Amino acid sequence: MSSPLHGLTIDSIRAGLLAKKFSAEELARQSLAYAYAENPKTNAYLTLSPERALSAAQAVDSKIANGEDPGPLAGVPIAVKDVILTRGLRTTCGSKLLANYVPPYDATAVIRLEQAGGVILGKTNCDEFAMGSSNENSAFGPVRNPVALDRVPGGSSGGSAAAVAQETAVVSLGSDTGGSVRQPASFCGINGVTPTYGRVSRYGLTAFASSLDHIGPFGKTTRDAARLLHVIAGRDEMDSTSAFAPVPDYPAALDGNLRGVKIGLPREYFDGLASETGDLVMTAVGALKNLGCEVRDIQLPHTPYAVAAYYIIATAEASANLARYDGVRYTTRSSGVNTLSDMYRMTRDEGFGDECKRRIMLGTYVLSAGYYDAYYLQAQKVRHLIARDFAEAFEQVDAIVAPVSPFPAFKLGEKVKDPISMYLSDIYTITGSLAGIPCMSVPCGRTAEGLPVGLQVLTRHFDESTMFRIADAYEKASH
Amino acid sequence: MKISEQDVRRVADLANLALREDEVARMARDLDGILSHIDKLNELDTANVEPMAQVLFDAEETATLREDRERPSLTNAEAVANAPVTGGGYYKVPRVIER
Repeated sequence: MSSPLHGLTIDSIRAGLLAKKFSAEELARQSLAYAYAENPKTNAYLTLSPERALSAAQAVDSKIANGEDPGPLAGVPIAVKDVILTRGLRTTCGSKLLANYVPPYDATAVIRLEQAGGVILGKTNCDEFAMGSSNENSAFGPVRNPVALDRVPGGSSGGSAAAVAQETAVVSLGSDTGGSVRQPASFCGINGVTPTYGRVSRYGLTAFASSLDHIGPFGKTTRDAARLLHVIAGRDEMDSTSAFAPVPDYPAALDGNLRGVKIGLPREYFDGLASETGDLVMTAVGALKNLGCEVRDIQLPHTPYAVAAYYIIATAEASANLARYDGVRYTTRSSGVNTLSDMYRMTRDEGFGDECKRRIMLGTYVLSAGYYDAYYLQAQKVRHLIARDFAEAFEQVDAIVAPVSPFPAFKLGEKVKDPISMYLSDIYTITGSLAGIPCMSVPCGRTAEGLPVGLQVLTRHFDESTMFRIADAYEKASH
Repeated sequence: MKISEQDVRRVADLANLALREDEVARMARDLDGILSHIDKLNELDTANVEPMAQVLFDAEETATLREDRERPSLTNAEAVANAPVTGGGYYKVPRVIER
């Protein structure tokens, strides 16, 4: 059975609807049937939402029947990561603690995509509270990579990446704190975007590390990802860190013209890379040169310190953000506890998985008396040095290209017992997260074994347009 | 060892986590490995570097202020709907103070 969404994009769905080739309701029904049939293979969705999807699709159809504009995402089947709140639709964060949590409000990104005519098919699996790089930390079982079912899809947004790769959705929303959109995009062979910090409202995104959390889109094409970002981006008064900067028309920036674009190649990012990954990335760099880019070497000297700084800052913030899951408000309380203190301690011990506990413990430790200056403050200073590295590089170049992950998708269970090697594999994505700059993964070929590899494109704060233009021109030239 | 099992128990208390005995030993081992890697940060001289707590962009000081106007909030029923134990519109917890 092939997907009813095969070959469809946001723009072609809108054109098909307006030309009355199919209705939004037909497309939603077919997509849901396909998702129900295919999901057991990958476990990408934790919840499918037929009622919500059909009512959104019917609203699009009636707008078209009445001659109204059905919106830029009209009838587009979309999957949403299960850390993003959907009113009345179970949102688990991949955690046993929230297995029955039904949010009382929608995230701003969800409101915006539904107002634009988008059809939410369901909520996707992820690492518990978005903590992980393989989607093996979900309380509801791992996600399998649709490209190779014995391998991980990457994480933490593994379900959202798998849904698009498996063609059960056209686009999806993920969240990225240290690479959780870009790395699964690269593992599954699709596009994944981490916008500038503050570009998309975090209202309704379950907090992991507030100074690093982003909502970001996945799509099979750069154009689809750009269009979805255009819909969800922009100031939101419900998130005081959301940016005021106007949102450019990203799809309009995809003019294919890269003549004279200056691209930097950070030498630090090519040490310790699997050789096939390095070769594919360098082939992509060659293609960018052919498209008219000027490529030069640059230095990002503090790169080797990024993982250490990140795992202090992210866990410190997480230890505070996850304090709210205490057995009072959020669905789960340990049974048979008689004191307040036991209620907190037992609920959290039974509810959180190993990785969450490890990060809560590390975060609590680095913030505890006597260690704050040595760990947390030092990490924030190193974060500044990393951000400065990028600022200096962007005085010389318009964009930076790099690998996304040191290796392609690995086998389920292969790295799960070694947290440090899992953390270290986030090295190429963490730096951009710490600096808050826009970065994305665009597919750049496959290894001999057929495993996808991603090329990372990073640009200046709020210059998503240049990032998309490079990725789109490369994508068209390489197909 | 950078962190002992006793340290792990103290931190678990601060974090309100009741770790089981087998978890304490494993946690000590895992945290020790991570903290050893983190020590790398001490190679850098950061005496003249400002800490960066947040990515900040230029904006007017009052840019994030808005008019204080009334708007609908969650109802009481919505606010307590996800709680495991409620009574009379409140969250219920085990007794805190003995008479």
